[in-house]
Amino acid sequence: MSNDPQAGPVQTVTAPSPPGKLKKEAKPASLWGDAFYDLRRRPMFILSVVLIAILLVMSFWPSLFTSVNPFDAKTCELATARQGPSAGHIFGRDSLGCDVYARAIFGARNSIVIGVSTTIITAVVGGLLGLVAGARGGAIDTISSRITEVFFAIPWILGALLITATFRSANLGIWIVVIALAVLAWPMTFRIMRAAVITARNQDFVVAARALGASQSRVMFRHLLPNAIAPVIVVSTINLGVFISAEAALSFLGVGVQSPDISWGLMIADARNRFLEAPLPLVFPAVFLSITVLAFIMLGDAVRDALDPKLR
Amino acid sequence: MGRYVIRRLIQAIPVLLGATLFIFAIVFALPGDPIAALAGEKRQDPNIVMIMRDQYHLNDPLLLQYWYYISGIFLRGDFGKTFAGVPITQLMAGKFQVTLNLALVALVMEAVIGVLLGLWAALRRGQAIDTMILAATLLLISVPPLVTGFVLQLWLGVWLKQAVGTEIFPIAGISAGLRSYLLPGFVLAGTSIAYLTRLTRTSLVETLRSDYIRTATAKGLSRRRVIGRHGLRNALIPLVTFLGADLGSLMGGAVITETIFNIPGIGLQIYQGVYLREQPIVVGIVTILVLVYIVANLVVDLLYAVLDPRIRYE
Repeated sequence: MSNDPQAGPVQTVTAPSPPGKLKKEAKPASLWGDAFYDLRRRPMFILSVVLIAILLVMSFWPSLFTSVNPFDAKTCELATARQGPSAGHIFGRDSLGCDVYARAIFGARNSIVIGVSTTIITAVVGGLLGLVAGARGGAIDTISSRITEVFFAIPWILGALLITATFRSANLGIWIVVIALAVLAWPMTFRIMRAAVITARNQDFVVAARALGASQSRVMFRHLLPNAIAPVIVVSTINLGVFISAEAALSFLGVGVQSPDISWGLMIADARNRFLEAPLPLVFPAVFLSITVLAFIMLGDAVRDALDPKLR
Repeated sequence: MGRYVIRRLIQAIPVLLGATLFIFAIVFALPGDPIAALAGEKRQDPNIVMIMRDQYHLNDPLLLQYWYYISGIFLRGDFGKTFAGVPITQLMAGKFQVTLNLALVALVMEAVIGVLLGLWAALRRGQAIDTMILAATLLLISVPPLVTGFVLQLWLGVWLKQAVGTEIFPIAGISAGLRSYLLPGFVLAGTSIAYLTRLTRTSLVETLRSDYIRTATAKGLSRRRVIGRHGLRNALIPLVTFLGADLGSLMGGAVITETIFNIPGIGLQIYQGVYLREQPIVVGIVTILVLVYIVANLVVDLLYAVLDPRIRYE
């Protein structure tokens, strides 16, 4: 879980898009228009988008990158275990004689699926609860805030370790990792959304909408949500990287993704015992993992800078 | 201030109860029977099994078991026994110290490196060194401890030893005293160093823009005094908040570092506890970590008044 102190509430001043067609130069730039204009000029943003695009292709169609199917046991030869890089196996072989390159490529899918699903779940659950708590206040707010305090006090890798270890026998596959991470991470999104909603709640346009007779749900979804969602998007993007890293940590500890499924954390754990003599089978998944996390954190950093000009 | 402390401690009770109940309920659901596991493949005497289950309250409902447990901790300071009969407090005492040492080494590294780098970046804002420091923080945040741990173990532990001839950074265990905590401490602190650098930079940049800094400069104070006395001291509050909250996360996050560097702390212990289904160990460690988190946050809140005399506790 990211506890990035800079990811605090972002002041949002979205101008409501003007009715009718206006001439291009007269159109006031919206927050998102501005941000996107700014983003397109950032090398960090472009680099991260390219990296993420490659990773997405890799996770959907891994066979585009390698002709070896790592799930086929016949491609492994025990006699060639831990052999260095060669023509057909550019990253060498792991401790079972399997091709490290092919496994690293196929490992992308689980990381991306777990990272993206956890992010969506925490953003939706934490975001909606935060929206309701911030907009309504009162008992709902008090109770849900107390509950998040409890979760903040639990060391989260240990919590996730416990949840995955407990429900491993339920045969949920990689989804138990998603559940464990989401259960412990939603309070973070909740807190940020709630703070942003409370800031927006008393602004003039919200008061005006209420005075005009807008219903509670209209105020929430039409006025508060668009004005409070920016910091949630920033934190969620950064957290996506953090979740991928956490998945690798859990798999490394043996409670995350299970063999024969492939995960970079699992590959690191497998290569660990002979690491000092044969570092390559550990180094390659580690590089893939680091670059993937870097891509998402870079994206989050770039989006935050674009949305919050104050920090520049 | 006494009343403030008491109020804060009372507010912490629901957090403590909630967190321990959550962990207790999960551990309660851990599959497998610990008593059956004790005997391995051998057949057990059903009478002994019955007595043992009774002794560990295993037949009672969840909430009642939780009550026995939590009241034992707070009324008698009794964290229970493992299923082999060793008191948890005895088992944990040494290991807790090891993890605390590790976390403190990490915390000191974090504070020193983070504040210095952040200070440097803030004073050279917009220049090449600032950009380089920011890029370095991005890298530190992105590379998981799982990766830095093994890479540093290979570079600084093995290759450096081969190059220099003597062991500077031990790669496993804690037999070399403080020296053996340096490498794992850095790995554990990595992400936090980066966050603290960024936080120091932002906080200081903001402070240096304020009127009293301009006044201090106009008075003719030296630059060192302006930045040290007026700038850094006023920028310190968010940093202390971060450091205080981080002690708990460092201790909780130590499980990966302890596994990589084979450090016999509570991280390794809880990991074994999960596998052996030793519920008392797991819940006991988490309870202590939650307490660390609560106390560290309270200490931070009390430190505010020291750092900024304008802050008062009613």
